[in-house]
Amino acid sequence: MKLMLTCREVTRLVSQGLDRDLGFGERVALRVHFAVCRGCGTFNRQMNFLRDAVKRLGDAEHSPES
Amino acid sequence: MKVPDEFRLRVEQQRNYLLRYARLQLRDRDLAEDVVQDTLLAALGGEASFAGRSNLRTWLTGILKHKIIDAIRRARRDSAVSLDAQDDAADVQELFDGRGHWADRPRSWDHPEAALEQAQFFAVLETCLAQLPVNTARAFMMREHMGLETEDICKELGITPTNCWVMLYRARMALRLCLEGRWFGAQEPPRR
Repeated sequence: MKLMLTCREVTRLVSQGLDRDLGFGERVALRVHFAVCRGCGTFNRQMNFLRDAVKRLGDAEHSPES
Repeated sequence: MKVPDEFRLRVEQQRNYLLRYARLQLRDRDLAEDVVQDTLLAALGGEASFAGRSNLRTWLTGILKHKIIDAIRRARRDSAVSLDAQDDAADVQELFDGRGHWADRPRSWDHPEAALEQAQFFAVLETCLAQLPVNTARAFMMREHMGLETEDICKELGITPTNCWVMLYRARMALRLCLEGRWFGAQEPPRR
């Protein structure tokens, strides 16, 4: 795992991090990148939000039938 | 065994909800009708196993999930799942410049936690999900809504883990853009 990732590679890794356990090197590379790139940090938060939102989709309180 | 009318009525009242859920997940109207019908039949035959549980909808949704996975498994036997598209498809590519930097740097979304309280937001999310290619949507919903592990999704869809990650990645990239355009974009989200 190289230490400097492009933003594009970061988005791919952030997504995979939601689907599998990332390796130590991958986690370090992400942290290094987030430290210098605000855009990717924002992207990471948006991905976590998306996961939350989809999980709640169809919960009783949002459904018209309830 | 005769099903008491009151229970039958309560189960029937959930039909629309279950249909919406199944359509979202399967993206096929007829298939959705079938699995919901199966679910209702199974439910009416299984009142005893519902007894004592507080939430009928949750119980029915649990049955429905199994029926949906069965349906996806059956559909896969009929025809191999086609990968909707590849990693370097144009829609992802155009987000980045030639050196892999953001063409348009992501900006923070305003009040995401408030969105989660609003029914309109979830309607927008459903619209965005409906725009995904069928198999991408199925894989994404199995992962994020049903909470299946990637390994199991690969197995059900008959694809490799790498293809699975690619599909999930593309789903997330597309949904992010869609939500940004339809909800977190220029105008202030409606408040109550």
